[in-house]
Amino acid sequence: MSSKIGEVIEASTGEFTAQCYELHRPPPFGSLVKTREGEVEIYGVVSRAETTSIEQGRRPIARGREEKEEEDIYRASPQLEKLLRTDFTALVVGHREGRGGRESEKGGGSGETEKGEKLHHYLPPRPARIHSFVYLCDREEAVQFSQSLDFLSILVGAGVQADELIAASLRHVAAEQPDPQDFLIRSGKELAVLLGGETNRLNTILRRIKW
Amino acid sequence: MMEERRLGIVVSGSLARGVEVRLDGAVSVEDIAVGRYVTIEGEKRRFFGMITDVTLDAIDQRLMTTPPDVSDPFIAEVLSGTSTFGRLHILPSLTIGGDALSLLEGPQQVKTVPTHFSVVHEASEQDVERVFGQVEEKQFYIGTPLDMETRVRLNPGELVKRSNGIFGKSGTGKTFLARLILIGILQEEAAVNLVFDMHSEYGWEGTSEEGRKVKALKQLFPSKVAVFTLDEEGARRRKVSTDFVVEIGYDEIEPEDIAMLRETLGLTDAAVQATYRLARRFGERKWLESFLAMESREEMNELAQSLQEHEATMAALHRRLDSLRRLRFLVPQARDNAIQRILEYLDRGMNVVLEFGRYTDIVAYMLVANLLTRRIHAQYRERMERAMGEDIASPRPLVITIEEAHKFLSHELAGQTIFGTIAREMRKYNVTLLVIDQRPSGIDEEVMSQIGTKITCLLDNERDIDSVLTGVSGKSELKAVLAKLDTKQQTLIFGHAVPMPVVVRTREYGSPQSYKELGFREALELKKQAEEDKDLWG
Ligand SMILES: Nc1ncnc2c1ncn2[C@@H]1O[C@H](COP(=O)(O)OP(=O)(O)O)[C@@H](O)[C@H]1O
Ligand SMILES: [Mg+2]
Repeated sequence: MSSKIGEVIEASTGEFTAQCYELHRPPPFGSLVKTREGEVEIYGVVSRAETTSIEQGRRPIARGREEKEEEDIYRASPQLEKLLRTDFTALVVGHREGRGGRESEKGGGSGETEKGEKLHHYLPPRPARIHSFVYLCDREEAVQFSQSLDFLSILVGAGVQADELIAASLRHVAAEQPDPQDFLIRSGKELAVLLGGETNRLNTILRRIKW
Repeated sequence: MMEERRLGIVVSGSLARGVEVRLDGAVSVEDIAVGRYVTIEGEKRRFFGMITDVTLDAIDQRLMTTPPDVSDPFIAEVLSGTSTFGRLHILPSLTIGGDALSLLEGPQQVKTVPTHFSVVHEASEQDVERVFGQVEEKQFYIGTPLDMETRVRLNPGELVKRSNGIFGKSGTGKTFLARLILIGILQEEAAVNLVFDMHSEYGWEGTSEEGRKVKALKQLFPSKVAVFTLDEEGARRRKVSTDFVVEIGYDEIEPEDIAMLRETLGLTDAAVQATYRLARRFGERKWLESFLAMESREEMNELAQSLQEHEATMAALHRRLDSLRRLRFLVPQARDNAIQRILEYLDRGMNVVLEFGRYTDIVAYMLVANLLTRRIHAQYRERMERAMGEDIASPRPLVITIEEAHKFLSHELAGQTIFGTIAREMRKYNVTLLVIDQRPSGIDEEVMSQIGTKITCLLDNERDIDSVLTGVSGKSELKAVLAKLDTKQQTLIFGHAVPMPVVVRTREYGSPQSYKELGFREALELKKQAEEDKDLWG
């Protein structure tokens, strides 16, 4: 089962940000999460996480000089948990149509699951809704989503940390595969095509996903 | 049908030069060999073709200047087929199946190329069979395509309709091939053979390179083969059972026979002309003997004067012709008529191998081969003409095998020799040639173009390769294939008797198993069979 880990607090077509229910426990960098907009499930790859003070502009102060263990700081000031928050951002990499309260009647076409839902590896029509729940995808879902490697083309254009993100996400999904080595080789080949002549980027990523 | 390995997709090409195929990442260029067959699934047809070249390529040239870390097997595997990839050059020759016509009428010559991104597979055994025909139990085949088990049929009946050539540099397997082809012709009774066997390796036995003895025609098919010899002593020493000892009388040698030897004997034009004058003076049958009998200087000078020849020319001619005396099979008058004997055997459907024994020099070979062939051809010609006029049976088709063919069929001689005539007249008089040569560039171009099927082993001389491929479509592609043949037992066959060029691994010859497969049965086995038959019939 996918586990509920947070709630959307900011959303755009290409990404959404959620606040974690548990402080300091964001989903790992590069892992696959999902949220919803109406009947559409939106998939994202965790591209960033941060823990900050809940009041903008106020920074926490150091408190542990007298304490032996870090945990003692939190034990001594339980209100701290309330003053801090952990947020994470996910880059939208695809969506699934037709999952909702009722089973979909749609049939035919590719990228389809047994239930007649359609999985697309491109951006959804609308961004996620604020306060939608966010789930960490379970193994089965991650494997299903990664059957197509089309989502890599979105990650390739993800900006400064794109290559780190690609490598991290591939490491995650690969770990869930029945044959991780084979999966990584296929992914590598897909990247080699996507990156064309950008040999250095390709090399960087490949070195990071080596099984 | 089993799905064969996918190799890649077509990315460009032309009918004249063939198509370029981008190799799939999963396929290593190192698993590919030129000469192998592929099928291409076009939009409407299936194409059948041969790989003629393999190239390495990269999407981006920068990759070549800063090579990735391929010492890492993972990175190497990812890059292969994506950033770097192999390209194949394929020469499509036929369309097979896919459209109604080729299903009904079998493989058709290609008239177009497959569309972009058509998928290329390795050809299956069935595909190859569809192209070269299924080989029935008793039918002759020449070998198997590269890396395949399918037998490639070489139809002796088709083959003997034209003159054919076996080429290849020394030691590549020409003799072994020729033996096989002769056996094929013999077994399917497509023709009778007359073999001018320079090194005595077709009649009774030959040797392999390891010095092992291999059986030749007569040992395998004693009832269908006769061995004639020019060297009785040698044959006896080698314990070869011969059927006839050939002698040639001086009276049988005509000026034409000498003209053929001009180069090998080192005669001037004037000397050659003089032989004709001598023949006029002394008579066709007497000239050589009479001329050689002259011993004194005065006699010679007198003759020269009366024939209006230079004395020096006559003296030189005498010296050169005198050297023929060392050929012991030349006698003033032969005891028996070799030509008649050969024809008798051929008429009975027996194949004749004429062993030269110790006379392995080119003078003896050319003299005898020419002389006999001229007469035999004349007889065939007469009989064919009669057969046509009088509606009687024509003589059996005859295949004459000669080695060192470029000596007979050089540009200078091809117009004059009987072999040039036979090559050019195709099968008009039921006689064709099987020429064996290691220097095909020495053969007259026109003769070369008349050769129906060329069976060529490795050649490494550019001019030889060019001459063999003259006038063949896809020449430059086949050139690459030809130059890459193994040094032994591999051969490229193209022309009349095969639907498309084919590289075969020549079937093995020389083991007991190979003899058996060729239809040879041990004496013991024959005896057992006879006894079984007796039991059966009482
Ligand atoms: N079909 C074959 N089966 C077995 N051995 C072969 C075959 N073809 C060639 N060879 C080997 O290669 C050697 C050279 O072949 P040969 O026919 O004598 O060459 P060439 O006549 O071209 O000089 C042979 O002695 C034999 O050992
Ligand atoms: Mg030889």
